[in-house]
Amino acid sequence: MTRPLYRFHGGVHPAEHKAESSGRPIATMPLLPRYAVPLRQHIGNPALPIVKAGDRVLKGQAIGQADGYVSTAIHAPTSGTVLGIEAQAVPHPSGLPDLCIVIESDGEDRAVDYQPLDWQHLDPSALRNRIRDLGLAGLGGAVFPSYIKLNPGAAQKIPTLILNGAECEPWITCDDRLMRERAEGILRGAAAMQAMLHADEIIVGIEDNKPEAAAALQAAAQQLGLAVEVALAPTLYPSGGGKQLTYLLTGKETPAGGLSTDIGVQVFNIGTAYSLYRAIEFGEPMISRIVTVTGHVGQPQNFEVRIGTPVADLIRQAGGELAGASGRLIGGPMMGFDLRNDAAPTTKAVNCVIVKSPALFPAAPPAMPCIRCGECARACPALLQPFELYWYARARDFGKAQGYRLFDCIECGCCSHVCPSHIPLVDFFRFAKDEVWAREREKEASEQARRRHEFHQFRLEREKQEKADKLAAKAVDRLKTVETGAADPEAERKKAILQAAIERAQKAKADITPKNVEGLPPEIEQEIADIDARRAKLRETAHAKDEDSE
Amino acid sequence: MTGSPYNLHVRYATPQIMRQLMLALLPAIGAHVWLFGPGILVGLLLCSLFAVGFETLVLLMRGQPLGFYLRDNTALVTAWLLALSMPTLAPWWLYLLGAFFAIVVAKHLYGGLGQNLFNPAMVAYAVLIVSFPIQMTQWAAPAQLAAHVPSLAEAFDLVFAGQGALSPDAYTSATPLDHLKTQLRTGTPMPKVMGQPLYGQVGGSGGEVVALMFLLGGAYLLGRRLITWHIPVAFLAAVAVTASLLQWHDPAQHAGALFHLASGGAMLGAFFIATDPVTAASTPKGKLLYAAGAGCLTVIIRAFGNFPDGVAFAILLMNIAAPLIDVYTQPRVFGTGGGKP
Repeated sequence: MTRPLYRFHGGVHPAEHKAESSGRPIATMPLLPRYAVPLRQHIGNPALPIVKAGDRVLKGQAIGQADGYVSTAIHAPTSGTVLGIEAQAVPHPSGLPDLCIVIESDGEDRAVDYQPLDWQHLDPSALRNRIRDLGLAGLGGAVFPSYIKLNPGAAQKIPTLILNGAECEPWITCDDRLMRERAEGILRGAAAMQAMLHADEIIVGIEDNKPEAAAALQAAAQQLGLAVEVALAPTLYPSGGGKQLTYLLTGKETPAGGLSTDIGVQVFNIGTAYSLYRAIEFGEPMISRIVTVTGHVGQPQNFEVRIGTPVADLIRQAGGELAGASGRLIGGPMMGFDLRNDAAPTTKAVNCVIVKSPALFPAAPPAMPCIRCGECARACPALLQPFELYWYARARDFGKAQGYRLFDCIECGCCSHVCPSHIPLVDFFRFAKDEVWAREREKEASEQARRRHEFHQFRLEREKQEKADKLAAKAVDRLKTVETGAADPEAERKKAILQAAIERAQKAKADITPKNVEGLPPEIEQEIADIDARRAKLRETAHAKDEDSE
Repeated sequence: MTGSPYNLHVRYATPQIMRQLMLALLPAIGAHVWLFGPGILVGLLLCSLFAVGFETLVLLMRGQPLGFYLRDNTALVTAWLLALSMPTLAPWWLYLLGAFFAIVVAKHLYGGLGQNLFNPAMVAYAVLIVSFPIQMTQWAAPAQLAAHVPSLAEAFDLVFAGQGALSPDAYTSATPLDHLKTQLRTGTPMPKVMGQPLYGQVGGSGGEVVALMFLLGGAYLLGRRLITWHIPVAFLAAVAVTASLLQWHDPAQHAGALFHLASGGAMLGAFFIATDPVTAASTPKGKLLYAAGAGCLTVIIRAFGNFPDGVAFAILLMNIAAPLIDVYTQPRVFGTGGGKP
């Protein structure tokens, strides 16, 4: 089968460095004494911990549950004791610590009783909730909770299911090895995805530097009798980007700011398909994934790694860092980030650990001024003009940067990769995006604070007025009783005092001028008017009652 | 510290781009030496020295790292382009002034490399031709037509000590563009003008060969993907179309497309000056518009203006328009509708 391919604009072809790790089979990490499972592994809300220090847990037992819609569960990687929920180094570009559930292994590795999912008969919504509770999230990089993406939506159908096996980042081979060794599982998972999405077709996109993987998938498809189209795409970074792969295989562009489902396409990483297979066939939660350990290490290789494994242990298993190692990268060199602390555990997102050396990753030469040569624009797969974006991001003119479609940047790194002046363009775009987000949050927070303050002021004024009203009414009543009495001097004196009190109260009432109620948004003005109306009504009825009682 | 990507792959770093540009200018320089004598070398040397000198001075004043910026070769490229636009054997102070306006005024007063609105070499040329029209139009005569071709030593003498015993008439002549303008003003019919030996085959004896060498150098830049085809093609096409239209309108007063393409700074402008990425439009559509405008203006200025060549003014005028052109020609971003990206 040959499917017409649509070449996307730009892209680069960095040195692949796949051979270092792709030759050896996937090895299993030995059981470690301690694991740290971060609560925040997926996009959306971090999982809510449901265990506490001292709890005994079994392998595969949920230790954190989904918090809200965009969230998913996390599970114990082995059996043991929860030591605590602590802030710890995690693999994140910021280098900031985050909460992890730390589990001390008891060495027995006893699992909970896994229940396979009867996925063909379960109610779709119940099935998706089970998948959420098994912690499935996309293994391709974005770590989006899978159960949401498995919802066919209002149309009850997503015609095209794309499995992403492009693995376009240099150095990484975890998907390659998985496809070579466990093609059948991947396709069984894909078949379940197809059924859940009511998809008409399954296309697997693979870069043509992985012919063995493609052959393995084709053979497995034949064996399973599953209609799967394995499309070999030219090796060109970033063909594994969701939007790029979709375009490459279908010729359809995912709308800017939209989702691929808008054009009838859903994309899953092949690793996610494999995890779904494990989930439905065996009821196994997402407690491990394949991780490539490569670069300046003794023996680069892929490992089946339990989520929560310290990166240092992983590197040790791959023969350890060689002399002259100069740091570690999480992910590939195009989009990955520096890991400052190798005690950080792996997560569902960590697909690769690269140990750096000055020879493999020479430091970038100092940046020179931009001469607007346009190399970056020719390399940009999003069809942006990075040099214009750079100009505005650097000048902190974020409005203009957004006008040049800052948020359509996928941070693939092609522009920095080719810049003749060695300008770290993507860093500027990340910075600009962060600033825009921070400003939005700030604006939202100050808007909320302003509303709270205004309502507080309004409430104070209202209470003051109510108090004055009450005092005045009381004085009037008292005056009435005094007036009905005899005209003795004592009564006269009281009357004078009361009269003075009434005047004071009236004066106080007159002095109260409403503050902070000018220039309010219409909805708040409406609210005030409603409250005033209710109170006026209440006063009327109160008066009426008073009159009745007299 | 910087983030990903951690693996850079730069075909040509900025200093290398500049070196490639200079390399691409060599055939034209060689042709110039062959056909007009070695005088041009004096101009190139002086311009380079003055430009690098001014660059050093300004960098020191601005407190910027000297070695880092001097290594980028951009001052040299500006110097060469200026020297190639100026008459050979001009007095030394003319080169000095030119380098000053190019490097100090047009480049660094605007913020230095990458920040200048106008092409520095063209700014210098414009200042000089407006201020010193006589010196700026005394071009070395083609060797075969000149009474005397100054040697390199004589060239140094001429540049530094003035004309001395040698009469300028012995080694200079008007350029074909200049000559054509004056001849047409005196009422000489076009065919008779063009028949004179100064005009060579199409665009001027000697000059047309140099123009061909600029074309060759430009092809090299295209082949190396250091420039895109948009600007040279649009520029030359606009020159040809505008010239043909004028000639069709009034053959007695206007030279044809070939003459305009092969004479003056047309080829130099098309491949080496209009393509300056800092000052040109940068979107594909924008480049076409920008260069077409410059080509069209070049011929119009040549035909109706007071100055013999229009390339410099045309490019400077379009430099002004380039940012606006860019704003209105932004390409479609992925996922925003339309056909193939």
